[in-house]
Amino acid sequence: MARRRSDAAGKVRVGFEVNGEAVEVVVPPQKTLLEILREDLGLTGTKHGCELGECGACTVRMDGTPVLSCLVLGPTCEGRSIRTVEGMAHGAQLHPLQRAFADLGAAQCGYCTPGILLAAEALIEANPTPTRNQIKEALAGNLCRCTGYIKIYEAVELAAAWMRGEDARPREESVYGER
Amino acid sequence: MANAEGGHADRRASNREAFARRVVGRAHRRVDAAAKVTGATRFADDLVLPRMLYARLLRSPHPHARIVRVDTSRAAALRGVKAVLTGRDLPTPFGILPVSQDEHALAVDKVRYVGDPVAAVAATSEDIATAALDLIEVEYDVLPAITSPEEAIEKAEPKIHDYAKHNNLQKLTNLEFGDVEAGFAEADHIREDLFFYEGSTHLALEQHAALAEWSPDGKLTVWASTQTPHYLHARALARVLDVPASRIRVIACPNGGGFGGKSDPMNHEVVVAKLAMMTGRPVKITLTREEVFYCHRGRHPVLMWVRTGVKRDGAITAMHFRSLLDGGGYGSYGVASMYYTGALQTVTYQVPRYKFQGARAFTNKPPCGPKRGHGTPQPRFALEVHLDKIAEDLKLDPAEMRLRHLVPPGTLTANYLRVGSIGLGACIRKVVEGSGWERKFRQLPYGRGVGLACSSYLCGAGLPIYWNDMPQSAVQLKLDRGGGVTVFCGSTDIGQGSDDVLATIAAEMLGVDLEDVHVVTADTSLTPVDLGSYSSRVTLMTGNALIQAAERAREILATHVAAKLDVPPHRLVFAGRRVFDGTNPERGMAFVEAVQLAEAAHGTIGTVGSYKTPTAAGRYRGAGVGPSPAYSYSAAVAEVEVDPETGIVRVERIWIAHDVGQCINPVSVMGQVEGSIYMGLGEALMEEMAYRDSRNVMHKIPSMLEYKSPTTIEMCDVVTYLVEDPDPNGPFGAKEVGQGPLLPVPPAVANAVYDAVGVRIDEVPITPEKVLRALKDKAKGGAARCGPSRFPEIPWPEATRVPPPWEGGDGSALGDARRSGGSGAPRTRRSDAVPVPEPDGPRAVKRAR
Amino acid sequence: MLRLPSFTYLEPKTLKQALEMKADAGPAGMYVAGGTDLYPNMKRRHQEPTVVVALAGVKELRAGGQGRSRKGKATPGRGVILGPMVTLAELTNNAEVRSHYPAVARAAELISTPLLRNMGTLGGNLCLDTRCNYYNQSYEWRKAIHFCMKKDGDICWVAPSSPRCWAVNSSDLAPVMVALDAQFLLVGPGGERVLPAGRFYHNDGINYLTKQPDEILAEVRLPAPDGWDATYHKLRRRGSFDFPVLGVAVWVRWDGARVADARIVLGAVASVPQEVREAATVIVGTDLSDEAIAAAALAAFKPAKPMDNTDFGLSWRKEMTRVFVTRALRELRDRHHA
Repeated sequence: MARRRSDAAGKVRVGFEVNGEAVEVVVPPQKTLLEILREDLGLTGTKHGCELGECGACTVRMDGTPVLSCLVLGPTCEGRSIRTVEGMAHGAQLHPLQRAFADLGAAQCGYCTPGILLAAEALIEANPTPTRNQIKEALAGNLCRCTGYIKIYEAVELAAAWMRGEDARPREESVYGER
Repeated sequence: MANAEGGHADRRASNREAFARRVVGRAHRRVDAAAKVTGATRFADDLVLPRMLYARLLRSPHPHARIVRVDTSRAAALRGVKAVLTGRDLPTPFGILPVSQDEHALAVDKVRYVGDPVAAVAATSEDIATAALDLIEVEYDVLPAITSPEEAIEKAEPKIHDYAKHNNLQKLTNLEFGDVEAGFAEADHIREDLFFYEGSTHLALEQHAALAEWSPDGKLTVWASTQTPHYLHARALARVLDVPASRIRVIACPNGGGFGGKSDPMNHEVVVAKLAMMTGRPVKITLTREEVFYCHRGRHPVLMWVRTGVKRDGAITAMHFRSLLDGGGYGSYGVASMYYTGALQTVTYQVPRYKFQGARAFTNKPPCGPKRGHGTPQPRFALEVHLDKIAEDLKLDPAEMRLRHLVPPGTLTANYLRVGSIGLGACIRKVVEGSGWERKFRQLPYGRGVGLACSSYLCGAGLPIYWNDMPQSAVQLKLDRGGGVTVFCGSTDIGQGSDDVLATIAAEMLGVDLEDVHVVTADTSLTPVDLGSYSSRVTLMTGNALIQAAERAREILATHVAAKLDVPPHRLVFAGRRVFDGTNPERGMAFVEAVQLAEAAHGTIGTVGSYKTPTAAGRYRGAGVGPSPAYSYSAAVAEVEVDPETGIVRVERIWIAHDVGQCINPVSVMGQVEGSIYMGLGEALMEEMAYRDSRNVMHKIPSMLEYKSPTTIEMCDVVTYLVEDPDPNGPFGAKEVGQGPLLPVPPAVANAVYDAVGVRIDEVPITPEKVLRALKDKAKGGAARCGPSRFPEIPWPEATRVPPPWEGGDGSALGDARRSGGSGAPRTRRSDAVPVPEPDGPRAVKRAR
Repeated sequence: MLRLPSFTYLEPKTLKQALEMKADAGPAGMYVAGGTDLYPNMKRRHQEPTVVVALAGVKELRAGGQGRSRKGKATPGRGVILGPMVTLAELTNNAEVRSHYPAVARAAELISTPLLRNMGTLGGNLCLDTRCNYYNQSYEWRKAIHFCMKKDGDICWVAPSSPRCWAVNSSDLAPVMVALDAQFLLVGPGGERVLPAGRFYHNDGINYLTKQPDEILAEVRLPAPDGWDATYHKLRRRGSFDFPVLGVAVWVRWDGARVADARIVLGAVASVPQEVREAATVIVGTDLSDEAIAAAALAAFKPAKPMDNTDFGLSWRKEMTRVFVTRALRELRDRHHA
């Protein structure tokens, strides 16, 4: 029977992968992935804005799928592969989405940014040529209070073009306004 | 060095002509962007210290009650609890404004809203701290609650605060600039309207957090998500904890969004500091989303009445404006907010005679304060919808009518605000042309409409909150022998890009690359004071301070480079990481060489710069709110679709033009414009601080789910035009952009709804329920309007009469003793300050007012 | 940070194990599917199981597809059997469901956010705890109003003199399932039973399901797509995140140009998906003329009694019933006549 091995304090041992590295934590079963990432693994790039699944700030990818880490229990991560914002860059080389977000000012305060980057990454992997509406739909679970989302859409479009191998550049109007 | 102050302007001008700017005005990646997109930025809640404890606050379940007894013994006995605090442990009051030192870190004798903190616990885990809260017993003597401003006017008892001026009205004002009745008599047409602007909150994605550490040598360090580390440091912590400010260090972490919501010193910040002092261990608190709703300090709900007299061509002859603000349970910035609801009516269109009556009520709700646009979006909504109606009454095109009566540049307004540059005309023309206004206005099919509105906002409050003669912003600049430049400044990046502004200006001034510049900000021990990220003051004030420091550094370098190269110092140009002869660019040296040369001759190279606002022109009581070194301007056209069967309004697109003076980094400017539109859209359509009115006045919906913030699906398209009308007071001519562009959105949407379906929604948010109600009313031949129906009687104080400049006024009130000294009397800044300034020092507040 | 209380977490691999674990736990145990409803509720302490039995690992609950039962047998009439643990995103993207049951895909697609749909499940949405502005609040908030009948209190603040709880069924899929007359297979300690969706719900904010706490919703059986059509219209403040403040699910069986049979079900106006038979009766035999639609919309409007416990005012929500029923019926008519 699949009752989890737990120690005297009711904790469970969970082994999974974070950004390609194997990790193992011993946590009480009610500890969420969000808490494990931030508190046990020191990966504070994943943010929280409500802890109730109502804002999207804590989005990470689980086996590629964007999920709300505030509602994922630690034990359910057993054997899974988690990707957080810390895993996006290749060494010092920013991921194209990170580059586009930085160049276009799609991160202002930067607090919703990690979650949005991961949701956007999943979108582009599934759909390398997303339309503006598809981007809106894919990011409809991530609230941002700074940007009005527009620079975010433009950054996703720019990054998608780069990831398709195109030599794209930001539109002049999007950084200088209409003339 | 003797004449270091001489000739700056000339040299700057000549440089500008000789070499185009390389950094300022060019779009570039913000200096903090890489950290933000990699998750490396450390927000307050990301910090962890060894032996750290976690704090939680017990909050009041009653909107208004006397605290009879607090028993913390059971909580203190819980295993893992290290300290428990109540109001008695922190008896000294504080508050952001000198006139309203009415808050306590933990309520002492009374609670004033549901959510008012009463006790605090520090424990080894957040779970234990939370569990301990339930063990604290508080006995309350419940008092009747004041639920609305109308009740506050009528009910003398119970008084929420004893210092309220009339019953539960905290503050009233009555200002008259010129004889408005004479102005109305000259009018061809007079119109009166009533408006209501609902309260809303900032909803920054980051929940407030603070971490405090007390070291055995008697020093306190507090890291916090605050927009105002200086006020937290000097005005709250030092005062309440009774620790000299010299032993306290406040570090403002990058804020995960502020919008004004982190501008007040907050209860929890003081509490963790005290807990750290008691336990000798670091203590962190992170508020839940629900608690953030209780901290609030958001947009005041404001009821407004406006009466305007106009000539046939739309020229205003007189305006009379009344506002009634629902302030909630504490003062916060409220007295300033109240004055702001009457201050900026005069800086867009010419208003020769103006009267303003305002009042702020205490009610038993979370305190209102400054939210993006602080006190001005509400009157701007009223004014711009009111003008739309006037244009229709006069059969004038609303864009044309506004264009005809713009305030000319250099104007001193009726209420003594000095307007410098004004690019509003260009803004209106841009959006009119871009939106196709002339073929859309009153011509689109039923259900579709366009609306226009304009606005203005300050570039920094003209006076510091606590009156003093010291600089409002300061910079220290260090040039190191590796060629690096470090800018130290107290400013706080709340997402708006203030760190990048400093780096950009430093790179421009010293001719180095952005990568050579290091920015150290928001640390009261390391950085000179900047008053904080509020009132859109940071770019203008820190920018000017930095320009001064950089000029002084250039002066030092130039002296030694000039001697070495044997060219006159004024011919030297700093560009391309070199210092060279402007007439012969070959002749020069690398910037790093110049630094080393100067350092060898002069010693370590460090300079300072600081900024103080120009003295305000107004000298009457109340003149302190409104003056600013410069004013930004915006114009917007909204195109909407209204579903007449449901009343649902969809904003399809907004064209906005913003006069920013000069972009420092256009990427940031664009982001601020679009973000402002977003926040304005939320207020226009759906955001609302909703309270349960029966039994307990409590927030009905303190959650991200039920407080409706627009998602990607609701956000409209935005077409942005940046108008650059450089202002002489701005750094490189720059003005603000963080708040102004929000203001025209709600009125533009309201005006567009009218254009679409012919009903006036004279209050925000413009919900489908209101639109449908108005449409039904219209179908029955009614007023086709949804909005407030009366403005209550208020016992206004006697009017302060101030003759406008064109009636021979000198900025003083009639009958004011200071006036008898004649126009030659010295203009002391003391008399300008509103709220009435207190001399520096913690004892000042205790004096009877 | 809001955190979960401590509890014992069990991960059965089979239905049998799940039932046993729940039986062992007794009333302190609860099943969890995607967790997007239960965990927020637990964080705010309005659901407080001490034993949580996760259904995610139960293989039988994930199976699904046309013509196959969980045991791999063909079902009569060749409808589709959906495993309740299918996520809302999977349901939305399932080609079978999209082509033959677009109303189901549509309702699933309109639930909350893309992130939540990656986690939330069909079964979870069908069993969604009823919602109310006085209930979906933190412990401290609820304590300040002396709690409510649904949890820890005595009064229903929506209707203080009422003996019952008026929390709202806020599922988007439930009204669709009732309109389609889907059949639900429940497996409990005492065996299996099949219920029509309409009898799965109970008109009470507290006891809102006829499912016994120990029973597991094991299959959702959709009828064969043979000559009927259906649609779902949702009303909410924002195009994402929000629960419905009104849902309208309509099912019609066409006989040539005429409606042979119909069901109209309102969501989010009561503690159950509310079938309005009066409205359906009005359109049977008609070709869905504007007049017939108007009559049906009026008939649906009359019995709709939303309470003041969701976003928006109740009178507007009631009024919208008429508009949304009209729009749903027009859509079906236009599609049929196209």
